[in-house]
Amino acid sequence: MKILRPKDVKTKGMRQINVRGGSQRVLALCLLFVHFESLPYGERLQGSTMKDADIKRLFYVHIFCIVSIILTTFIPSFFLEDFSVLETHLTWLCICSMCVAIINVVLYLQVKPNPSSKRSSIFHKISRLLKSCVYFFISCLLFHAIIVLYGAPLIELMLETFLFAVILSTFTTLPCLCLLGPNIKAWLRVFTRNGATSIWDNSLQITTMSSVIGAWLGAFPIPLDWERPWQVWPISCTLGATFGYMAGLLISPVWIYRNRKQLTYKSR
Amino acid sequence: MRLGSGVFAACCVVIQVLGVAVFLRGFFPVSLRPVSQVQPQPPAPEPAAGTSSNWTQLPPAIFRKVIIMLVDALRDDFVFGSKGVQFMPYTKYLMEKGFAHNFIAEAKPPTVTMPRIKALMTGSIPGFIDVVMNFNSPVLLEDNLIGQAKAAGKRVIFYGDDTWIKLFPKHFVEYDGTTSFFVPDFKEVDDNVTRHLDTVLKREDWDILILHYLGLDHIGHLTGPHSSLIGPKLKEMDYILKKIHISLLSKEKEASLPHLLVLCGDHGMSEAGGHGASSVEEVSTPLLLISSAFHRKMGNLQPPKHVQQTDLAATLAVGLGLPIPKNSVGSILYPVVEKRTMREQLRFLHLNSVQLSRLLQENVPMYEKDPGFQQFKVSEKLHGNWIKLYLEGNNSEVLLNLGKKVLKQYLDALKTLSMSLSKQVAQYDMYSMMVGAIIVLEITILLLLSTPKALCQNAAFEIPLSSSSFSLLFYLMVLILSAVHVIICTSAERTCFLCSISWLMAVGVMMLISALLCVIVALLTKTFENVRPSAQNLAASSSGWSELDLLILFGTLGHVLSLGASSFIEEEHQTWYFLINTLCLALGHEVFRNHFLGKDLDHNLAVEQNIKKNAKNVLQYKNDYVDVPETSKIYKASSSMELLPKVYEKWLQLASPWFILICCRLLRTLNQTGVQWAHRLDFGHWLTSSDHKIELSVLTCLSLIMIFVLVQRRCSSVSKVAMALGLLGVFCYRAAIGNVLLPWQRDRKSISKGIIEARFVYVFVLGILFTGIKDLLKSQIIFADVSIKSLGLWDIYNGLVLLAALLLRPHNLPVLVFSLLIQAVMTKFIWKPLKHDAAQVTIMHYWFGQAFFYFQGNSNNIATLDISAGFVGLESFIEVPALFLTVFATYIGPILWAIHLLSFLSSENNRSSAISHASFCYALICSIPVSAYIILVTSLRYHLFIWSVFSPKLLYEGVHLFITATICVFFIVMDQTNLIKP
Repeated sequence: MKILRPKDVKTKGMRQINVRGGSQRVLALCLLFVHFESLPYGERLQGSTMKDADIKRLFYVHIFCIVSIILTTFIPSFFLEDFSVLETHLTWLCICSMCVAIINVVLYLQVKPNPSSKRSSIFHKISRLLKSCVYFFISCLLFHAIIVLYGAPLIELMLETFLFAVILSTFTTLPCLCLLGPNIKAWLRVFTRNGATSIWDNSLQITTMSSVIGAWLGAFPIPLDWERPWQVWPISCTLGATFGYMAGLLISPVWIYRNRKQLTYKSR
Repeated sequence: MRLGSGVFAACCVVIQVLGVAVFLRGFFPVSLRPVSQVQPQPPAPEPAAGTSSNWTQLPPAIFRKVIIMLVDALRDDFVFGSKGVQFMPYTKYLMEKGFAHNFIAEAKPPTVTMPRIKALMTGSIPGFIDVVMNFNSPVLLEDNLIGQAKAAGKRVIFYGDDTWIKLFPKHFVEYDGTTSFFVPDFKEVDDNVTRHLDTVLKREDWDILILHYLGLDHIGHLTGPHSSLIGPKLKEMDYILKKIHISLLSKEKEASLPHLLVLCGDHGMSEAGGHGASSVEEVSTPLLLISSAFHRKMGNLQPPKHVQQTDLAATLAVGLGLPIPKNSVGSILYPVVEKRTMREQLRFLHLNSVQLSRLLQENVPMYEKDPGFQQFKVSEKLHGNWIKLYLEGNNSEVLLNLGKKVLKQYLDALKTLSMSLSKQVAQYDMYSMMVGAIIVLEITILLLLSTPKALCQNAAFEIPLSSSSFSLLFYLMVLILSAVHVIICTSAERTCFLCSISWLMAVGVMMLISALLCVIVALLTKTFENVRPSAQNLAASSSGWSELDLLILFGTLGHVLSLGASSFIEEEHQTWYFLINTLCLALGHEVFRNHFLGKDLDHNLAVEQNIKKNAKNVLQYKNDYVDVPETSKIYKASSSMELLPKVYEKWLQLASPWFILICCRLLRTLNQTGVQWAHRLDFGHWLTSSDHKIELSVLTCLSLIMIFVLVQRRCSSVSKVAMALGLLGVFCYRAAIGNVLLPWQRDRKSISKGIIEARFVYVFVLGILFTGIKDLLKSQIIFADVSIKSLGLWDIYNGLVLLAALLLRPHNLPVLVFSLLIQAVMTKFIWKPLKHDAAQVTIMHYWFGQAFFYFQGNSNNIATLDISAGFVGLESFIEVPALFLTVFATYIGPILWAIHLLSFLSSENNRSSAISHASFCYALICSIPVSAYIILVTSLRYHLFIWSVFSPKLLYEGVHLFITATICVFFIVMDQTNLIKP
């Protein structure tokens, strides 16, 4: 059996070190780590090797996401005075959603789980980007509307509600946009019962579901009369969504690894 | 015995209602202390060591005349807070001058008027069940202050709330009652009290005068504690207080003894303006004792001390020279007697503690171990020594110091005694509770065990009743239970309900329990025999569960679990709103999937993407219509049309869950219920305030028209006319009682009770119901047409809608409109096209019914109960119709949705077993929370909020189960007619 050494992957990894910016060096290192880790698994059958390597990559990407979310809870306190997740919740919300968004975009751009076959023009790329932004904004509005329908106040605390909607779309819509692009049909396909075509689709399903369920469960402590600071709207919900997202990130590689025998994807 | 699942469910629920009734009987002991006839006991003589004291009589009165001015819903900050400073200047002046002793008296929940009056006059803490009795106040038989005063030949005059007259029917030499149920009036009720004041104050022929002012409470109910109406009302009260006080002062010059003026409230007012629960605002009331006998130094205005409301009875009894009421748990307010001589003070305290320790002896078997009792014994001994010294003529500093020590001992003893007696109030009849809980649990287990069989195709199954009722286990169980019964009944110190009923009935109950147990055991063995072959089936079927099924399962479980937390009970509406919102989203998802991703899509993705969507859709539609020949006429009509209306309808279908969501969100803003957010302004309050009468009129008018439009589709022509006239009558009724304005009626006419208008509507309600029943009977006799039956059912439904329109609160008509609208939308766009099975439809109906219960403005709190519905169209309180109307008005949401379920399922005549499935599901889903809640309440019976939160919910659950049983029986009656036919 031929030993598989994906040279292109390695060079790609090396290329990433040259990304400008100090903070992104960490990211690049991590990506490199991901690639090196995936190497020994290349000595098996091609199909299962691909899958195992993918799972490995998925796992490290997800771990990186989780660590970065955890970092957002205390890194900003070095720069901002009296920063805490509960008291200056809105600031944290902004930072967290920005961070998750950047990491998602960068990671998915670099890892490229679904490489598009056709070369596209700059114009096409820009239109895709614009479309993605519009979709993201629409999803924020939609989440906002749903939250208000669930009973959030309509006029007061509008900013809080909207930021909750933003973070929820960051956890759900943004990965979809990154992975599938602004393509509603693909979204519909992924979110039907047997519609996943790769482990990335599966992990997308799991993280999206778990963050929505987390937000849903996060609403439960609100009526309790414990008078805790985290019961204030929308803290418990955003925390629920964040924990749900992190749980989804953790669960999805494990679940995929467990069920890797059953998961047979049709090639597209 | 072979039973249809519907019949089986109905039987189960009826038995469960019995179980709950037994449980409730044990949980709410009707009379805690045996109401023995008041036999005058000789007052306890003064204790003395060695030499016997010569003072065996009751001490003489301290005050000659007592005026009790009770202001309903007077909250402590209305007197002691900033409002008091602003609006009650004279009261403030009295407090500053030191003429008054001021306290904050803590009322025990339930903070409703009648139990509070009882507490003030008897000094005991009335049980929770008194709230239910509040609507029909029976005569107070317990030993009380008024009765003592009458026995002592004192003349009592009363003006105010007629609850007092019901409680003390023959005690007042003169009285004038005002009714408290006519809430919109807050001027006249008080004027009716004040108008007597001038003459009475001039007269000398009375000893006690009681004034009960209701206006403040009415203002609170209407507009809340921060309304602009509160200030003038407080000013009015202050003026009355000033008048009384000045006239008392002028009289005192010629009298030997001083007078006492008591200003108090019976309960407070919550931030929303209601009362009944146990928030701090509802519980704290001011208590001012004003007399010239109290001379404190000016200037040192201390903050008011916290005392118990029950302390007033003992204090007044001592002040008037009467024996302290036997069941009083209060202790004397010491500042009142602190100006008397040491011997008198000790005597008063001794009398009080003797009374309290007697009460303790009667109620606690181990009373000697009680620290209060031990303290009392010690202080009595010390008191005896003091008397001995005193009688020996020792009059030195030693005596004074010893006296002070005894006094302190007594006060401590009183405090401890009072505390331990207050704790004794919650005495549960555990035996009845256990029996009731066991019955309820057994029924729920039975229902759960038979679920798989009951929901199978033919909806009938074998109940192993006859075989198990003759088994050895059954006889053994009966024997054991009877033995337990005998042992418990012979050894119990307190009377319990099951022991007091005849032994035949008790044996019947035992047999019921053991029979149910045997049936459960038989069913269990049966299932275990069949478990191996069916295990695989089960696994296969569980994977086939849709998201909707999962949501329903977890929603039900979550709701049951949430009942364990008091906050979730207070805010139960949030749970239901949350669940139905999620349900709507899940339905939206299902509709979406149904349209955009047909069943083929799940399997052939790649193909799907390439084929043109439109063509596919058309094909699919055609398939659907071939599959589903049973869909309704409207649907068939639309299917025969061209593509364009189909697409149009498709979008309507897609939008329908969102439309329902928006409706629910709008309804949420109408009534703000619960506790935590109850103070938030809601649309209902805005509408009912007197400034927005025109808006309310327009809204009422629109709602009535909408109701007619939505209802008339399914009416027969006769009932259509009746419906229109009835709705017109509803508007006239609302105009007559002053809720809305007629367009031609500019000036405010005098408000009547609208009896003629309401009866006019009742005639039409009965007429429509009668038409419906006639149709039902016809369908049963002729067997000809199924449509007659469904027509009859729809008529009954419409009659109930009309009755609901009459009984709902004025601003709640939109609830009814939205309920009809959602039902129509769900029927047309969701249940019929998506082909949900009967069980799913039933549970959705149940959820919506529960949510509408809270949309109406109900909560799990007695305070939100709308008693005025029981008086619509009645001249005076008549028990049976008033009870029926109140219960119906409270449970409009669940009842209407349940009847809609029946009508919907029967008009879809394709599924023969649908109604029995529905009935079974309805019974099951109602009985699960009840049984879980009963266990929870039993385990939480010493919880802090047991009386304020858990017991009202228990009552609501009990009544809900009773209604469920009625509905299930109604279902069965309808289903039977269906079974006779083939």
